[in-house]
Amino acid sequence: MLLISCPWCGVERPEIEFRYGGEAHIDRPAQPADLDDHQWAEFLYMRSNPKGLLAERWRHVHGCGRFFNAVRHTVSDRFVCVYKTGEKCPDLEALAREGAQ
Amino acid sequence: MPDTALYAPATTEGASVVSRPDVTVTRAAPLARLAFRGDATAAGKAGAAFGASLPMAPLAANPVGQRAALWLGPDEWLLLAASGTVGEEVPWALAMTLCDEIATAVGTHPHALVDVSERNVALIVSGPRAAALLNTQVFLDLDEGAFPVGQVTRTLFTKAEIVLWRTGPETFVVECWRSFAPYVEGLLANG
Repeated sequence: MLLISCPWCGVERPEIEFRYGGEAHIDRPAQPADLDDHQWAEFLYMRSNPKGLLAERWRHVHGCGRFFNAVRHTVSDRFVCVYKTGEKCPDLEALAREGAQ
Repeated sequence: MPDTALYAPATTEGASVVSRPDVTVTRAAPLARLAFRGDATAAGKAGAAFGASLPMAPLAANPVGQRAALWLGPDEWLLLAASGTVGEEVPWALAMTLCDEIATAVGTHPHALVDVSERNVALIVSGPRAAALLNTQVFLDLDEGAFPVGQVTRTLFTKAEIVLWRTGPETFVVECWRSFAPYVEGLLANG
């Protein structure tokens, strides 16, 4: 069973308590009306989809109910770190250099 | 913390779900239940009016006599209150009084307060095998070192969402939604 740590509850919980929320740190355009269709499609659909570390949104839906962010390795499914929404994204390249698999 | 005085066994027929020498599961008598959401300021005012302060620490519960405030999330609490007389009916007068008092105390500060007395039912799981029985469906470490007395959490009971509160070394309370209760009771009876 995959255990995920929730930064709000401060405990590890089984994966079934959580929901995946897609890639993190995608800002909604400040002026959506100024975007053309191509730019809007970029915002809506285009994601980085890396083979390696990815910052993602997760929600502890069957626990505290809160969203948080996590860095996960997309190949090994290993959670490298978790942090609350609003906190800065860790340096993924530095984490990768440190050998986070 | 002693076993909470909040929950009394229900007096209705069929209230005893499981009755074995090493573990019993009993339906609890109805309580007044309120769902409260708001920031720390709102929670402080609500706690003063409710009679049991709303805990700010994760997974904490604050039982005070016949009141209890349970932490569910950083901005969400479940408030429980008993009227003192065990009956088959939800203590509506108490629920309405508490609602009015908390709403008045918090005033215009942004918050949400909902009476959910009819939404939940509680099951008291007690005995040396209580943790083992719950662990047939709850995927948490219920060892006292990992889940100490007084800890409360929302979690999953196989497919049903529950609030699990350890009120004693060998006593747990399962707060589940009324419509999930037959499912939860059935699995506990067969566990």
